[in-house]
Amino acid sequence: MAKEISATSEEKEAKKKEMILFLSNTAEREHFLSKNNRKLLSDPLNDNNPITVQVLGICSALAITVQLEPAIVMALAVTAVMAFSNMIVSILRNLIPNRIRIIVQLIIVASLVILVDQVLKAYAYDVSKQLSVFVGLIITNCIIMGRLEAFALGNGVYKSFLDGIGNAAGYGIILIIVAFFRELLGSGKLFGFEVLGHKAATMAESTGLYSFGYENNGLMLLSPMALIIVGILIWVQRARNRKLIEQN
Amino acid sequence: MEYVNLFVRSIFIENMIFAYFLGMCSYLAVSKTVKTAVGLGAAVIFVLGITVPINFLLDQYLLRPGALEWLNPEYAYIDLSFLSFIMFIAVIASMVQLVEMIVEKFAPALYGALGIFLPLIAVNCAILGGSLFMQQKSFDAVSEAITYGLGSGVGWFLAILAIAAIREKIAYSNVPAPLKGLGITFIITGLMAIGFMSFMGIEI
Repeated sequence: MAKEISATSEEKEAKKKEMILFLSNTAEREHFLSKNNRKLLSDPLNDNNPITVQVLGICSALAITVQLEPAIVMALAVTAVMAFSNMIVSILRNLIPNRIRIIVQLIIVASLVILVDQVLKAYAYDVSKQLSVFVGLIITNCIIMGRLEAFALGNGVYKSFLDGIGNAAGYGIILIIVAFFRELLGSGKLFGFEVLGHKAATMAESTGLYSFGYENNGLMLLSPMALIIVGILIWVQRARNRKLIEQN
Repeated sequence: MEYVNLFVRSIFIENMIFAYFLGMCSYLAVSKTVKTAVGLGAAVIFVLGITVPINFLLDQYLLRPGALEWLNPEYAYIDLSFLSFIMFIAVIASMVQLVEMIVEKFAPALYGALGIFLPLIAVNCAILGGSLFMQQKSFDAVSEAITYGLGSGVGWFLAILAIAAIREKIAYSNVPAPLKGLGITFIITGLMAIGFMSFMGIEI
């Protein structure tokens, strides 16, 4: 009899524990786009921008910003790779041995980049030719490894996914701003359309701004200007957001 | 002469940092003092000099379309080039690990100097970039690949050395507050890149 009672009390205890676990789980479960999750998305756009604040991922970014189209394709490719690599590493985070985690991460990212590369070759061959080796260089894009190390290894799957998208968006926005200025000032075009008018051999035949004697700035097409534009972007951002200023 | 030309080209004209922006992350992060910059630069030369030739052989005998012909003429139609990213990065990561162990065993002094930088290098874009550009240039011989690897390493070394020296001095100048640190480094790098463009068109 006594045994029976203890058994039922044990059962009750177990049920209680289950109930508490269930309750705490539901209490911890956040809304799909709660404030914290939205912060994961919006923070990298300004306060914690991967390029201008974290100084990650500049490597392959700037060489392909001569025109808007490859820049946008690059931003999308990085978004896809980052979101999914963050997600996969977050799923596997308790299985990856600490000592070889960098190689494991590199292999995961490399496989995703191969997928992206093959998709680009199949559906956007011209852009993929323009991007040449820089698609492959997404593998060693520091921003991806940086986020895997700093976030995905310690956070849940959905959060890591959001973090990946947020950071890729922060990276993409800088890419697109730089490409916008370089294409507009360098060749007077946006997406290949002549937005500033048509430039002909003589001033009289030209239309739009060119008929007033406006000239394209050829320097903008050269790689050094990408660095200088990013420098100016950092200046503007930090002048508006004083807490980002470095002390030394 | 051809090799000297390739070497000079890869140092000055196709400089990894000033022409392609490869390895910018570590270039910006580790260039605060000359001493650490030299350490990282030496490690980059070392690793580029090793991985580019290895990846060249891999590309030549395994990956490029028809590369497997040496095994059996029937394999001539096989094209494994889509695997090159994953193969290259695996080679780089394992070589870095191997080099780290060998250097630690046989040259402890060098290990002390390079030590902390070696693991960083596996994810340096300049290293993978070297291999990918090597694949794009389709060299004929492994000696060309070695020359190219060493040349681009030296170019990277020069760039990080120069910016570190400038940053040590600029710490004492009166830079506008929002431009301090990162911003001014970007602009200086841009100006240096414009300077390096004057080497364009040089042939020896």
